[in-house]
Amino acid sequence: MKPVNKKKNTLPNKNIKSELKRRFDMWILQHLQAFIFSLGQFAKYPLSNILTSAVIGISLALPTSFYLLLDNVRFVSSNWNGSVQVTLFLQTEVDDKQAATFANKLKENELINETTLINRADALAEYQKLSGFADALNALDENPLPNVILIKPATDGMNETQTENLIKELQTMPEVDSAQYDSQWIKRLLYLLDIINRVIIILSTLLAIGVLLIIGNTIRLSIYNRRAEIEITKLFGGTDSFIQRPFLYSGLWYGAFGGIIAWLLIGTSMQMLRGPVKQLANLYASNFELIGLGFVNSLLLIGIGIILGLCGSWISVKRHLSAIDPV
Amino acid sequence: MIRFTNVNMTYADGNEALRNVNLHIAQGAMVYITGRSGAGKSTLLRLIALIDRHSRGQIIINGQNLERVRNRRIPLFRRHIGFMFQDHRLLHDRTVFDNVGLPLVIAGYRHQEIRKRVQAALDKVSLLPKINSYPMSLSGGEQQRVGVARAVVHRPAILLADEPTGNLDPALSWDTMKLFEQFNQVGVTVLIASHDLDMIKRLQKRIITLKSGRILTHAGTPMEES
Repeated sequence: MKPVNKKKNTLPNKNIKSELKRRFDMWILQHLQAFIFSLGQFAKYPLSNILTSAVIGISLALPTSFYLLLDNVRFVSSNWNGSVQVTLFLQTEVDDKQAATFANKLKENELINETTLINRADALAEYQKLSGFADALNALDENPLPNVILIKPATDGMNETQTENLIKELQTMPEVDSAQYDSQWIKRLLYLLDIINRVIIILSTLLAIGVLLIIGNTIRLSIYNRRAEIEITKLFGGTDSFIQRPFLYSGLWYGAFGGIIAWLLIGTSMQMLRGPVKQLANLYASNFELIGLGFVNSLLLIGIGIILGLCGSWISVKRHLSAIDPV
Repeated sequence: MIRFTNVNMTYADGNEALRNVNLHIAQGAMVYITGRSGAGKSTLLRLIALIDRHSRGQIIINGQNLERVRNRRIPLFRRHIGFMFQDHRLLHDRTVFDNVGLPLVIAGYRHQEIRKRVQAALDKVSLLPKINSYPMSLSGGEQQRVGVARAVVHRPAILLADEPTGNLDPALSWDTMKLFEQFNQVGVTVLIASHDLDMIKRLQKRIITLKSGRILTHAGTPMEES
């Protein structure tokens, strides 16, 4: 071996292209080395690294599952929103015939899409069947129920005030006892969902900060564990970016594995919920099925994990690496 | 070439480690720096490697004025220097191959080239059979030789050794010094800080003695007035 300092005497112009290529190759090579090395470090202490990833995974899974819940509730409630109906309770004096005429007359109103008449006799029969108060109802002399007309407003292009005006108009009609519009609770639900949405944003932010701190702290510990190595590397001319690269990749791995663990947790939970939700939906004669993460959102979840991992390790590396000087 | 002109070094805690040091070491020379603990031997080496920056005066290494080397360029500057330590400072979770190859990995060599050079360096210190061992399984002397291989594997212009034989018995110390001589013969400038005066006198090289941060004596050849 000839330990002589080589000094190349080459023309810079001529070799600028090959020099650039050499540097690029070196850059790729060093990234590849750091990438594989950090994965190797991960595999070296599988238990502690998986535990760290699991903590990150749970932190990611929590807000994600809330989002999913919100998504599902929104989906269900949007179906309801379209089927808003007005219930008209007619005066008890109005008999079946009058009620039928009235229902037909209402249909001529362009704001009304559809009317369904429920005869007081039919209503009573159904009520007797469902309520279990058959004997008590039989004891009554006459049918206490009024005729009812269900009205489906022409919801397309109809806004809140138009609906309300329609109801006011209906209420003034002599045949009508009262008109009920069951929109209030949907409104409330929507506002509630809005609040829940905000809560989830706050929660997600806090948990994201938590993930940053967890990864930052883990990287900080590994920086201190590998202090000797960093010192030696600095002494033999390792640049800062060379030294920080494996730590950044470690952060990336933590984030990626955390994301995958979160994805698995959510997938398992969804699988566990799917059956009972379907049974419940069947009871409501709905073929609703739980909305899962889907491909894009799964990638997004893992991507967010990776970004958080990189950010966490970057913050830690910037703070702690410069503090180590060769001694 | 290493030239110190009126160099002073005062640490942040007020400790004056070097006072008005003048010295010139020609390219390809081999020099021993001796003196008691705290005399400034390590400081001298640290200033050459830009681990610390001197407070006053001028240091020129291979034509480069160290004051002009910006912090960003320090890593590139250090790639021309090899280091040896009393406590080896090998990485215990890496094989001998990985330890010796570290300076080459840092400099971005390709794997085949690294393998070739690491094998050559280990062959030089007669440790080729241990290439896949871990440092812990080696004796103290062997670990020290791994350190030597690591210090020269990237063919540095200057080799700095801080008490390289501090933990070795006389026979092993002698072997290590002879190894340094071999590197010196192929053109490496070698600076060795050591307090083992008896041994370095027998090696018949230039000796710089430091006392309380000043150069006390120059002995051996070639000599230059400070």
